[in-house]
Amino acid sequence: MSEKLLEVNGLKTYFYTMKGVVKAVDGVDFLLSKGESLGIAGESGCGKSTLAFSIIRLVPAPGRIVGGKINFMGKNVLELNEEEFRKTIRWKGISMIFQGAMNALNPVYTIGDQIAEILVIHKNYTKKEALEEAGKLLAMVGIDPRRIRSYPHELSGGMKQRVVIAMALALKPPLVIADEPTTALDVVVQAQIMNLLKKLKKELGISIILISHDLSLIAEIADKVAIMYGGKIVEIGSSEHIYLNPKHPYTQGLLGSIPRLKGEIKDLTWIPGVPPDLSNPPPGCRFAPRCKYASEKCNKEPPMIEIEKGHFVSCWLYA
Amino acid sequence: MLALRIKVNIMAESQLVYEPSKTSEIILYVEKLKVHFPLRRSITDIVKRKPRLYVRAVDGVSFDVKKGEVFALAGESGCGKTTTGKSILKLTPVTNGVIGYLPSEKTLNEVNNIQGIRRLTESGHLDLNSIPEKFFKPFRAEIQMIWQDPFGSLNPRRTIYEILEEPLDIHGVGSSREERYDIIAKMLEAVKLTPPDEFMYRYPHMLSGGQRQRIVIARALILNPKLVVADEPVSMLDVSIRAEILQLMMDLKKKLGLTYIFITHDLALARYIANRIAIMYLGKIVELGEARKVIENPYHPYTKALVEAIPEPDPDRRHIIKELPIKGEVPSPVNVPSGCRFHPRCVVLDQRPELAELCKKKEPPLIEVNQGRYVACWLYANK
Repeated sequence: MSEKLLEVNGLKTYFYTMKGVVKAVDGVDFLLSKGESLGIAGESGCGKSTLAFSIIRLVPAPGRIVGGKINFMGKNVLELNEEEFRKTIRWKGISMIFQGAMNALNPVYTIGDQIAEILVIHKNYTKKEALEEAGKLLAMVGIDPRRIRSYPHELSGGMKQRVVIAMALALKPPLVIADEPTTALDVVVQAQIMNLLKKLKKELGISIILISHDLSLIAEIADKVAIMYGGKIVEIGSSEHIYLNPKHPYTQGLLGSIPRLKGEIKDLTWIPGVPPDLSNPPPGCRFAPRCKYASEKCNKEPPMIEIEKGHFVSCWLYA
Repeated sequence: MLALRIKVNIMAESQLVYEPSKTSEIILYVEKLKVHFPLRRSITDIVKRKPRLYVRAVDGVSFDVKKGEVFALAGESGCGKTTTGKSILKLTPVTNGVIGYLPSEKTLNEVNNIQGIRRLTESGHLDLNSIPEKFFKPFRAEIQMIWQDPFGSLNPRRTIYEILEEPLDIHGVGSSREERYDIIAKMLEAVKLTPPDEFMYRYPHMLSGGQRQRIVIARALILNPKLVVADEPVSMLDVSIRAEILQLMMDLKKKLGLTYIFITHDLALARYIANRIAIMYLGKIVELGEARKVIENPYHPYTKALVEAIPEPDPDRRHIIKELPIKGEVPSPVNVPSGCRFHPRCVVLDQRPELAELCKKKEPPLIEVNQGRYVACWLYANK
């Protein structure tokens, strides 16, 4: 088997708010090999973004990582202090493409300056070398290198997103986390950005963790898919497992609610109810209140079961 | 009725240029609608006597909507689909063109004696542009809008009861408090917020996104409208609950005999709910026809690119990189390209250089290719 890149074990990230403890990520495990891509899907508020921010250790206050391990290239990064993490892991090892490119760029600096800043700080480049490299990075994401002198407002939404991708790739990290990289973009631009990510993945051999609520978008890139619900992973497996043979009722519900472009028009299904309040999650299986198969057993927490090789489901239907 | 359907022959070969139908089956038609927004000129522009520039948001759009159908207006952001929708409700000034609406008997009688209102057809279509604002109130009750953003379109300081009571208040529906209470309770039940008493006195922030969108729908339907313009009603919601809201909208349509103009960027969704669809690009309709046929077998190069771009939940997709059949980016609606406005982005044009002259110089008409299927592209039109 290929080399392990990232291993997350029992990760817990809680937010300590005035109203109580919100368990946004509550015991998440997964494994990612080198060059492999993972899609994390779930509804809003399921903890998928918090999971991403935990991996890169940027959980906003009052959130804290309270338990678990994140092994990145053989090192538990949660044991490093902030200074070490910033110098060795963040951006060099794991970088991030933030949600909403519109707001991720500083409007008063040119995009060249913003990309160069990373290289000046992390690689001790001179400003001139860094700007030259910034031009190359822009070319790599399909923007004219002369654009280094442009300000964010001079670029279209799609181009800004490309700049944010160039920034994430500036130090050639082995792992890039993309948190909803195409929200607020039009379908045509979205497809172009996904194509770019696919190309970069192939050419640079990087791993991508793609976080999205849209399972069809995840299918464009992910080798492995994790479905999150209420702060936990409820099903994880290869893309083929999840899309062709979904087992968890939640996964089935998510897939059934996607309108398709081809084939017979079947009635769309939906998942009734609302996601749980993570400050006071239901006991046992968190999906049980919305699940049509729920029974007595579901009051107890379901175990994670491997139903075929590499395909895990957390549901009493299979236990 | 058939005889009324007007079609114009342009060429010797019988290719028909699209004209909206104006029969009594048509609740609304829009003809050559233009909405241009003037840009502010700087002092230097004025000194140099530069002409004023316009954002040509909607630039000559025609379509008709049959009673009881779901008509979709689709396209990317900035194509003018929302502006078209707003102009139907008189929420944006119309530069040019006709919006013909067939009101109910009651409203027709109410405005019958008012001077200056243009009656467009025998069946009773009125030109909405010709109706002065002060006489427009009865039309506002008949044409309603469902807004996109359930988080921004409900007043956070009002309870659900107050939000739903306001339209009743304005239009003087229900004589007593009890009567209004009953109307509101029934409406909440209709949008499946039961028991209504539990929701009436809540504030919007106490509801989930899906529940808020139900309130937005309830508010639009509480005056018994005939025509509802739904502007991306589910795009802000999670995929998992979109179907539920759509199903609710379709059930209410059947129950209350509504007609929807459904504004969306999501073609896959349009395929499920729309009878007919118009694809817009930069202020113009480029393709119009039965929704399933247009989406499953697009003719216009832009529609083709749009359909290609939609992701599908198919694990095989990750192994292939398929270049989209489109280049460049959407130009600004201030400087609309000459000729066919899609030509700078068209990849078919690269393979058919003999068309270049025509595409760059002359705007293609929206012509009928098959029965009820119209395309604005020189690949299909007689030159």
